Amino acid sequence: MQNVYMDYTATTPTSPEVLKAMTPYFTEMFGNPSSVYSFSRKSREAIEKARGQVAAALNAEPGEIYFTSSGTEADNWALKGTLEKARAAGKDHLITTKIEHHAILHTAAYLEKLHGFRVTYLPVDSEGFVRMDDLEAAVTDKTALVSVMFANNEVGTIEPVAEIGAFCRERGIPFHTDAVQAAAQLDIDVKAMNIDMLSLSAHKMYGPKGTGALYLRKGLRPENFMHGGAQEHGRRASTENVAGIVGLGAAIEIMKARLSQDQPRISALRDKLTDGILARIPHAKLNGARGEKRLPNNVNFSFIGVEGETLLLDLDVKGISGSTGSACSSESLDPSHVLLALGLSHELAHGSLRLTLGRMTTEEQVDYVLEVLPEIVARRRAMSPLWEDYLKQRGEN
Amino acid sequence: MALDYSQKVMDHFANPRNVGEIADADGVGEAGNPKCGDIMKIYLKVNDAGVIEDVKFKTFGCASAIASSSMATELIKGKTVDEAWDLTNRAVAEALDGLPPIKMHCSVLAEEAIHAALNDYRAKHGMAVIPTEKHED
Repeated sequence: MQNVYMDYTATTPTSPEVLKAMTPYFTEMFGNPSSVYSFSRKSREAIEKARGQVAAALNAEPGEIYFTSSGTEADNWALKGTLEKARAAGKDHLITTKIEHHAILHTAAYLEKLHGFRVTYLPVDSEGFVRMDDLEAAVTDKTALVSVMFANNEVGTIEPVAEIGAFCRERGIPFHTDAVQAAAQLDIDVKAMNIDMLSLSAHKMYGPKGTGALYLRKGLRPENFMHGGAQEHGRRASTENVAGIVGLGAAIEIMKARLSQDQPRISALRDKLTDGILARIPHAKLNGARGEKRLPNNVNFSFIGVEGETLLLDLDVKGISGSTGSACSSESLDPSHVLLALGLSHELAHGSLRLTLGRMTTEEQVDYVLEVLPEIVARRRAMSPLWEDYLKQRGEN
Repeated sequence: MALDYSQKVMDHFANPRNVGEIADADGVGEAGNPKCGDIMKIYLKVNDAGVIEDVKFKTFGCASAIASSSMATELIKGKTVDEAWDLTNRAVAEALDGLPPIKMHCSVLAEEAIHAALNDYRAKHGMAVIPTEKHED
């Protein structure tokens, strides 16, 4: 049986080069970076090297990079730290979007419900884009932070980050972007794009799980999120995950070096898979945008009449790993908040399939998915009363 | 999620029994709601002695919804309409060697769809419709 992994947005394998860079920091150079003896200097140097690697990838200064345990922690820190600090200055308003990752949405809800901050959730259009006029209308003199994701993890839509950055900079409002997906696949220049804060994660870019970073533009001082020791210049307590940080540095450097060859190769496979599904499966709906404003590795479809978990299990039997926005893959009865924000009906949102490609994806794997997926959809539709009703409504039955 | 399913659930999901429709069904019932991601439709063929001779289903939903439909139809085939009425969602779940707790509503859907089909049969044959109440699991 084939083994076709198409869930690179969920996580990626740690690349052998990255693992090789990390290994000595588990076994040989295990010193606590905070210790004074010279043995520990190696750990400190390794962290500073990684800080330089992350900064270089984003066109930031090394002193603007703070390592965290994850993209989720970076998001929590940016939102909670900025709003807590802003309250003293009389500002209590957060602007974000309806399609953020839960690391942002649930943090915003916490700030709203437990701490009385006000939150505006911007809508998006049918392809998932935030509109500048909606942002403009939402801003008040109490707005403390705008947080808009760089690219959406479910449908791949790349937001107008540079435009939002320029807009916020003009008004002196800090702008945070969750770039957990984007930083793994796109060129990001925090200076040119006027980004004040940016979250990223190592395990989305062939690095280890459990390591992330927050870029904080010089001069910004959100309240600390992790309290304890004086690590990370007193801004983020906890003994550094040295090996993980080394892994993040190596992963982002390799990612940048490969970008010019990976991006065109993977986006060509994305387009082949997308066009193939549209050609072979009737009434397949592509979710999100096409072309350059979509993440190079993202394919997301809804198949009316079929439920997403069913597709995942049928694909799994064929050796293919994918993902869905169906409620049946979560613990609530509501399907993906992202697909609903794009205006999809519940039925279509329940019938979504996300296939995300990566470094190890081959054209043969895409061909294999195109061979087996149409049969799976057809078979499940044949036993679906929803599909029967859909055809009747269209007069095709 | 897939790991939480028993082998029986996976078997009835991969090879569901009694899929389809019955053109001249004596009773048809539907339960669920596309908003929640589950719709189940049951067709019954009942003979003069009140025995369910044939039963078919069509289901939109996750693996446990399809498996619950398949198992429920197996359990009522050959039973009288009164016996079939007494089939509980728990019996369906047990016959599948259990369902994950958040999927128990799928077995409820099977019970509700069968009750709806039996009531449709009763109404068509001049019998009193039996009141039903919705329950959680």
